[in-house]
Amino acid sequence: MRENVLKSLQKGITRAALILPGALVFFPVILLLTGSVMDQYELGGYLTSVFMDGTDFIGWKLMPDYPTFENYGKLLFMTPQFFVLFWNSVRMAAGILAGQLLVGVPAAWAFAVYKLRAGRALFALYVVLMLLPFQVTMLSSYLVLNRLSLLNSRQAVILPAVFSTFPVFLTYGGFRGIPEQLFEAARVDGAREWYIFFRMGLPLGKSGILSAVVLGFLESWNMMEQPMAFIDDKSLWPLSLYLPQITWVQAGSAFCASVITLIPAAFVFVLGQDYLEQGIIYSGLKE
Amino acid sequence: MKKPHKPNRINRMKLRKRGAFLSFMAPSFLGVALFVLLPFLDVLRRSLVTAVTGEFVGTANYGTIFHNQAFQIAVANTLRFTLVCIPLLVLIGFLIAWPLSRLKEAGLIRSVYLFPLAMPTATIVMVWKMIFYKQGFLNLFLTRLGEMTGLWGEIRTDYLGTEAAFWVLVGSYIWKNTGYTVVLWLAGILNIAVEQIEAARVDGAGSLQRLWFIVLPNLKGSLYTIVILSFLNSFKIYREAYLVAGAYPHKSIYLLQHLFNNWFVNLEFDKMAAAAVCTGGFLLVIILLLQRVWDKA
Repeated sequence: MRENVLKSLQKGITRAALILPGALVFFPVILLLTGSVMDQYELGGYLTSVFMDGTDFIGWKLMPDYPTFENYGKLLFMTPQFFVLFWNSVRMAAGILAGQLLVGVPAAWAFAVYKLRAGRALFALYVVLMLLPFQVTMLSSYLVLNRLSLLNSRQAVILPAVFSTFPVFLTYGGFRGIPEQLFEAARVDGAREWYIFFRMGLPLGKSGILSAVVLGFLESWNMMEQPMAFIDDKSLWPLSLYLPQITWVQAGSAFCASVITLIPAAFVFVLGQDYLEQGIIYSGLKE
Repeated sequence: MKKPHKPNRINRMKLRKRGAFLSFMAPSFLGVALFVLLPFLDVLRRSLVTAVTGEFVGTANYGTIFHNQAFQIAVANTLRFTLVCIPLLVLIGFLIAWPLSRLKEAGLIRSVYLFPLAMPTATIVMVWKMIFYKQGFLNLFLTRLGEMTGLWGEIRTDYLGTEAAFWVLVGSYIWKNTGYTVVLWLAGILNIAVEQIEAARVDGAGSLQRLWFIVLPNLKGSLYTIVILSFLNSFKIYREAYLVAGAYPHKSIYLLQHLFNNWFVNLEFDKMAAAAVCTGGFLLVIILLLQRVWDKA
C-alpha cells in the first residue's frame, strides 16, 4: 500500500518535471498572442525602452489593458502587400509539395521494391545529398538557375526543392514496411508494375507519403535561405522573409503577422502530428 | 526440356524489374543530376580557376580560403557550435525520453516538446529580441532574482552583442530541436524487447543497472541517427543568427553560413566554390566515419 503511494507520487513528480520545461516552449507563443491584441500605445509603453536602448526593463501583461483587434484589421484589410506575400508562401509550399510527391514517391518506390545493386549505390548517394546543408549546394543551384534563366522567380525556389532527396528517403521508409510477398503474388496474378504501384503501393505506403508531406510543408513554410539568395524582387518573397523586415515601431503588425504565419504551421502540426513523429522515425532509419 | 525454360523466366523477370526501376527512378534522377550533380562538377571546376577571367590557378583558391581570417573564424565557430550543441542535445533528449518512456500518457508531453519544430523561425525573432536585448526579459528576471536573494545587483548584459550571443544560439538550437531527439530516443527505447529488461529485473538488476547494461547498449543505432540529424539541423541555426543579428553579427557567432552568404552577395564565386568543395568533402568523411563506427558496434 505504502509502496503504491510512493510510486504514484514519484510518477506525479516525473510528470511535473517533464511538463515544466514545456512551459518554456509555449512562452514565445503566449507573448505573440498577447502582443497581437494590444494597441500600439500600450505596446509602445512596454517595448520602447527595449528597442531604443532606454533604461527601463521590458514590461508585459498577460491580459492587455485595452484588448483590441485593430492590428489584425489593419494587417488584413489595409496591407495588400501582406496578402501578396502570404500567397507567395502558399504557392511556393504547394508547388514544392506537389513536385516532391510527383517525383519523389515513384523514386522511393523504385528504391524500396526493385532491389538492384545499382539502386543501392544510388540510394547511398541520395542519403549523402540529403545530408548536405544548403550552403554547400547554394553555388551549384545558383549556377543552374542562372543558366536556365530562372533566377528571381518563384521557380528558383521551387525547382531545387522539388528534387531534394529528403522526401524520397522518408517515403522509402513507408514503402519498406510492406511485405514483398504481396507484390510477388500480384505479379503472378498478372498485375503490371504500374498497377501494383498505384493500387497497392500508394495505399499501403500512405504513412511514409504523409510524413513527407507534413515535414515538407513545415520546411517550406519556414524556408529562408533559398528565397533570400535567389529572389531579389521583394514582391515575390515569402512571408518568412517579410516578417523580419517589420520594424519594432509597427510591433503590433509584427505580432499579428507572426501569429497569422504561425497558424497554418500549427494547423498542420496538430493534424499531422502522428505523421510528423512517424516521419522523424523514418528519417532515422538506416538502410 | 524444362531446365532452360526457368532461367529464361527469371531473366525476363529481372529485365522487367530493371525496366520498372528505371522508369520510376528517371524523373527524380534526371532532376537530381541536372540540379545537383552536374552543377557540382561545375563548382569543382570553378574552385580551380579565377572568378573573373576563368584562368586555371590550381589549388590557389584553396590556399586563399585557408589563409582567410574570416574563413578561419567561421570554421572555428561552426565547429565549436556543433561540438557544444550535439552532445548537449543528445543528453537532454535522453534525459527527457527515458522517464517519458515509462509514463503511459506521453503523447501530450511529446507534442509540447515537438511544437517548436513547427514554429517558423521568423515568427519568434521578435520574441528572441524581447528576451535577450539589454532591457529584455532575461535581464529583468535575473535582476529581480538578484534583488530577492540579495546576491547581485542589476544585470544589464547585452546578450546579442557580446560573447553571450553564442550561448543564445545554443539555447535556441536546443529549444527547437529537443522534440525530435526525444521522439527518436523514445522510438529506440520502445524497440527494446520488454522481456530482456524484465529478465534483468528478475535477476536483481536495479533500475540504473538496467539502464547501463541493457538499455544503453541497445540504443547505439538511435545514437547514430540522432547525431547525424542533429548535425544536419545544426546548419539551420543560421536563420536565427541572421535574423537576430544580421549578416555581420558578433564575432562569436560568425558562422560558415554567414561567410558563404557574404561571399555569394559579393560574387566571390572562386572562394565559395573552394569552400563548398571543402565543406562537402569534410561532411562526406564525417558521415562515412560515423557509419563505419556504427557498423562495427
